[in-house]
Amino acid sequence: MYDFKMNLNEDEISILKGEKGETLAKVMKTIVMYGDTFGADRLVPVSGEYGHLVTSFGLSMMKPVYNLMRELLEAGICSKQKFTVDPRPVDKENVPAGFLKNLVFKYMYSKQNDYEDQLKKMGLMTEDGFTCTCYMEELGNIPKKGEVISWAESSAVVYANSVLGARCNRNSGLIELFGSILGKVPNFGLLTDEGRKATWVIEVKTDELPEAQVLGSAIGMKVMENVPYIKGLEKHLGNDLNNRVRDYLKDMGAATASNGAVGLYHLEGITPEAVEQGESLIKETHQTYVIDESELIRIKDSYKVMWKDLSARPEMCFIGCPHLSLQQLEEWVENIEKRLHIHKNNRVSVPTVLTTSPSVLKEFKKNPHFSKLETMGVGLSYICPLMYMNNPLCAKMPVITNSNKLRTYTTSRYYTDHEILDQITRRH
Amino acid sequence: MKEFKGRVVIPGKTKAEALVTKSGFNTLASFQKSLMFNDKKATCSDQNNQDLYKKKMAGKALCMPQTIGSTTGGMVLYCACDMGASPACLLFSNTIDSLAAAGAILSDIWTDINLPTVDNLGEDFLTYVKDGMNIEIMDEGVVRVY
Repeated sequence: MYDFKMNLNEDEISILKGEKGETLAKVMKTIVMYGDTFGADRLVPVSGEYGHLVTSFGLSMMKPVYNLMRELLEAGICSKQKFTVDPRPVDKENVPAGFLKNLVFKYMYSKQNDYEDQLKKMGLMTEDGFTCTCYMEELGNIPKKGEVISWAESSAVVYANSVLGARCNRNSGLIELFGSILGKVPNFGLLTDEGRKATWVIEVKTDELPEAQVLGSAIGMKVMENVPYIKGLEKHLGNDLNNRVRDYLKDMGAATASNGAVGLYHLEGITPEAVEQGESLIKETHQTYVIDESELIRIKDSYKVMWKDLSARPEMCFIGCPHLSLQQLEEWVENIEKRLHIHKNNRVSVPTVLTTSPSVLKEFKKNPHFSKLETMGVGLSYICPLMYMNNPLCAKMPVITNSNKLRTYTTSRYYTDHEILDQITRRH
Repeated sequence: MKEFKGRVVIPGKTKAEALVTKSGFNTLASFQKSLMFNDKKATCSDQNNQDLYKKKMAGKALCMPQTIGSTTGGMVLYCACDMGASPACLLFSNTIDSLAAAGAILSDIWTDINLPTVDNLGEDFLTYVKDGMNIEIMDEGVVRVY
């Protein structure tokens, strides 16, 4: 038996010894070794109602994951809690692909149906549970402040910790599933009061509200996995954690987590723990990073463009990584409509896809803005643009996006929201 | 030749050639293409990492401060090990992060591959070690670089 360091109760030890099966013993050993590595004192119950898994794709080369899932299911092991999962990789109906790309997708994601069957058997919450923004009201996987959760998906974890005040480490894929299977996770890092203290102070000194995706990128690159306490944004965002602010923080957080490894940030006067505890969240030995307009320009200029022809005309545009909220969808439709009018166009000049969760998408279909999408030539899908982009055919395409996460993991080119609007509505 | 002492995360002894990144190692971005196309040499596909981009990672002693990026990271490392495209070992100047630890532990428990992993080697380690140098992992977290 593994020589564990943390305190385990009798039941936990019996599982580790294999008294409840060899496979469950391996699950427990993984979680205990993981906790021991970070000095966890014990396992604590997962108190959030639902889990969230990062692996949503039936990618043929991820066989080890599906084999492991099969081993769990054959041993009669399921998740103790229902869970949501990241977005599906393909949407033939709503995202332009063509014969060749569809052929590539068919080969690449040949395990998709099999894997989705495994997810259902393991405890998938709903058929609509495929999104990176499971915390939207339309889906309802919204942990409460202080609840311990077993999630992965970097953008969801940083949102849950920072904006909702839940407690979750930056778990890897599979680790989050193992936590949901056991109903327990190791107590360390962002689960503890001490681990939630800030070791960086970020002073935002800009005249206007910074682009969320560039600000997040700057913070992530600087602080890496540390906890930043951000000052100066409340001047632009106000002190009300309303839908507009939540959307801003969703996009900023995703960039901090993908351009760096941030799992939690505090925002002075806005996020729940910062409102309650203020500067007492800052460690005495903190470092400081000042972000002004010139720093944001420096960061944006540092992004390497991966296109072969830098002056190529964009062939596609993705907006919505992480998935858009209902309010963001409405805003994009309104803004595209206005800008088309200014450019005296009726339809977008670059094939554009807005991405959102299946449950938000259903809700949006009832919205008067929905019918405008077809008129303007804009697509609406539930896919993960990142998964769409990850093949040689799409990688060669000059794709533009307003997502810093998508830029980081693919060959897509980043533009600010304002620049994207101009790119897709003007004549090329 | 210089020796550095770190903490053993996954025990094991190995000898390999160093491959060094001074910035955070983005596991998903780095292994993405090799997993997609079954590239056993594990050519690094992270366009943002100028130290490693387009270099072969399989069989190398991967030296880094920590890993960054998507939470698929640990699972990706586990898959790379299972498909025989893993580095020979992982060496961290900082304390290992949760994603890398997950990858190393998943590989240790759920595959037959041994991926010796040592962290807390210190900033001097990362300053000293260069691409192509020989790395030898000894007992009790001692790493020999020459």
